[in-house]
Amino acid sequence: MKFAVIVFPGSNCDRDMLYAITDALQEEAHFVWHSESDLSSYDAILLPGGFSYGDYLRSGAMSSTSPIMRAVKEEAGKGKPVLGVCNGFQILLEAGLLPGAMLANENLSFICRNIPVRVEQNDTLFTNAFDQKEDIILPIAHGDGNYYCDDATYQSLVEHDQIVFTYPSNPNGSVHDIAGICNEQGNVLGMMPHPERAVEALLGSTDGLKIFQSILTNWREAHVLNT
Amino acid sequence: MYKVKVYVTLKEGVLDPQGKAIQQSLRSLSYQEVEEVRVGKYIELFVEQHEQLEERINKMCDELLANPVIEEYQYEIEEAVR
Repeated sequence: MKFAVIVFPGSNCDRDMLYAITDALQEEAHFVWHSESDLSSYDAILLPGGFSYGDYLRSGAMSSTSPIMRAVKEEAGKGKPVLGVCNGFQILLEAGLLPGAMLANENLSFICRNIPVRVEQNDTLFTNAFDQKEDIILPIAHGDGNYYCDDATYQSLVEHDQIVFTYPSNPNGSVHDIAGICNEQGNVLGMMPHPERAVEALLGSTDGLKIFQSILTNWREAHVLNT
Repeated sequence: MYKVKVYVTLKEGVLDPQGKAIQQSLRSLSYQEVEEVRVGKYIELFVEQHEQLEERINKMCDELLANPVIEEYQYEIEEAVR
């Protein structure tokens, strides 16, 4: 399976993401610079964390206008898996691929630590290696991780089973403890916690690897013929 | 040449942690009369004369300068010499 890791000016989790795929998952991954405009040769798209454009104006706002985002929208429309982590999640929100917006953490501090994250939906292509309502350990590292949406949007998220991850103990003030959401079709996921930093025991948790394994399993079921 | 002053503010009802922190600091300076602080952005655009000036400024705000999910905006246009 071939993964694209999109690199924006200021991405700083791009290498972690690439190594998660090549070292831990043992699949193919390539960096793609944000000024590129074609992603048709990739099977999945990863938007890494970082501080694209220095978080100027709003986190993810500038990146959402990059040429590559047109290609991301196009491939997302074809049903390809698109995963945005941290700043990648913020970019997906700003680009309108996911509903809602990100505010500064409620306590205004940058938070960087391992925390429990609850799997609210294990029937997505990103989470089927987990148990429903399983609590996993993932690192968070963000200043603007306070997810916000209005009541109507929240109702719609609930109705369509789009809330994929929540915080059992809310670190940043996110509305309804939301840590990660997917689109209605289920092929675009945005999450604040960093699964790519939890892919081997040495890092303190291997729970993040299951997200990438879920993507791979799902892709193999759809694309590799049984012989 | 026009100077466009764009003010972007958080919508009413959207929590403003930065504003709250500033209010607390004002209180510690004993400005008890400050009931609420809201923080926004001020953006200056220097724009050449254009037939659809207002229309295009609205579009700029909607597409990039403000995020309609959490923010609202207003602007003033004045003539500028540069």
